[in-house]
Amino acid sequence: MTTARDITRRAAILAGFGGAGALIWNVNNLTLNPSFSRVFRAVEDWTRMSQRLLLRSGQLAREYSVADISPIFKPNGTFNPGGEEYDTHVAQNFVNWRLKIGGLVQHPMSLSIAELRQLPSRTQITRHDCVEGWSAIGMWTGVQLGLLLKAAGLAGSARYAVFHCADNLSGEPAKGGEQSPGQYYESIDLVDAFHPQTLIAYNLNGKPLGVPNGAPLRLRVERQLGYKQAKYLQRIEITDSFRKIAGGYGGYWEDRGYEWYAGI
Amino acid sequence: MLARDFLRNKILLARPGESLYRHRLPVRLTHWINALCILFLLGSGLNIFNAHPRLYWGKYGADADRAFLSIGAVDRDGRTDGVTQVGPWRFNTTGFLGWSKRQGDDVARGWPDWVTIPSFQDLADARHWHFLFAWLLVFNGLAYLSWSLFSRHLQKDIVPTADDIHAIARSLADHIKLKHPTGEAAKRYNPLQRLAYLGIIVLISLMVATGLTMSPGFDAVCPWLLDLFGGRQSARTIHFISASLIVLFAVIHLLEVVLAGPINEVRSMLTGRYVVPKEHRQ
Repeated sequence: MTTARDITRRAAILAGFGGAGALIWNVNNLTLNPSFSRVFRAVEDWTRMSQRLLLRSGQLAREYSVADISPIFKPNGTFNPGGEEYDTHVAQNFVNWRLKIGGLVQHPMSLSIAELRQLPSRTQITRHDCVEGWSAIGMWTGVQLGLLLKAAGLAGSARYAVFHCADNLSGEPAKGGEQSPGQYYESIDLVDAFHPQTLIAYNLNGKPLGVPNGAPLRLRVERQLGYKQAKYLQRIEITDSFRKIAGGYGGYWEDRGYEWYAGI
Repeated sequence: MLARDFLRNKILLARPGESLYRHRLPVRLTHWINALCILFLLGSGLNIFNAHPRLYWGKYGADADRAFLSIGAVDRDGRTDGVTQVGPWRFNTTGFLGWSKRQGDDVARGWPDWVTIPSFQDLADARHWHFLFAWLLVFNGLAYLSWSLFSRHLQKDIVPTADDIHAIARSLADHIKLKHPTGEAAKRYNPLQRLAYLGIIVLISLMVATGLTMSPGFDAVCPWLLDLFGGRQSARTIHFISASLIVLFAVIHLLEVVLAGPINEVRSMLTGRYVVPKEHRQ
């Protein structure tokens, strides 16, 4: 018997295929549509919450042996921030470079490289995964960020650590035509900030960081992709929100459409 | 209603073969959702691949390391060629891989615009589509697998029986001769079909597992995945090879649909109703 059920089914099949066809046909427009990006943000939130749930016991990223280290640790993004100021720091071997920690902290700090090197350090051989697909393994030595943040004393409202860098990467336009400054910056939440493998690194493979790899200081957040590992660190700002910083999405690449949570 | 029934009965009775309800609703639904996911995942995956069109084996791999597959553009005496390298071999793939047309202009890109999602090159956007459909694929796959196990569809219809294993050679010969089962034999999946459907379940599971191995976050949850696949770059390579095998499956799958009677086959995946092909006269 051909019933109402058959007709409903026919309508459902047609609607399903029509919808799929419309989706494929409009895929470029949908990609660029700001309201459709809410779907992508929801997926990112879902991914972040799933990984946070699975990583709730603070698991470490895999640490490798010396034999696994890449012969060449590929630099990417900025190879040399340049400019008079940075060039002077290079010429002076970064003796006057300061790392400032401020924002929602009880004791703002300003540390020299020599001071950082005197603090307890951690050395780890980890894999750096670029969002593009390549990987490099390197040995990092630095100070655990958690140690510095404990010394600075976070205010109760603190939620994020924002990293301000010395390099300007203005090559890539910001998403949707909105202008965002080209100064590199990044941000992580306190879960990652206090993770034992999160370092303010000053050595790569036993030697002071080279200019292409972020001299004199770079961040290591080992359970996330390469663009989170901000180089040329100048200032750490503890904040309750990054919405008012640069493009508002929490990082140079985030302002250009990449996920803030880069665990995948 | 009477007219419809008459037509339907007439069509069915006029046909030599009997008809049966072949594909149940969960199979049909998950089949089409899966097909859509695979289409989007392949297209967005090739766009992501274009961000670094090189494949390695092992724990690490970047520009300075040996790639067993790479796609690039090479300038030769004033003209540019797309070059694809696989191991020691190099192929000129101008127009398709490495150097192709985009809106009338020649551009250097791994895969051409007509196979990528979105068609313009954008890693961030391609990743958005990839993860959206990856989640859908996982939920859809889990729904299919749990239903198939619970209803015993997997055990009864997909997993080859001992008889199927013995009949593989004959089934392969039949497929090559484009001879399709009829009568009683057409009421069940043939040995090669069972192997192919089991194979696609394994391949999609492998895609998910190698995909997760590429996630630095998930590697901290399941570091053993890195050991299983021989490192993150090996996992990325296996991800690419499995995707290629899924394309191969899809090509043969669609070819078989056409050869076995496209209307009957497609209808059976839409409504479930399948007309059994008539027995051959000896």
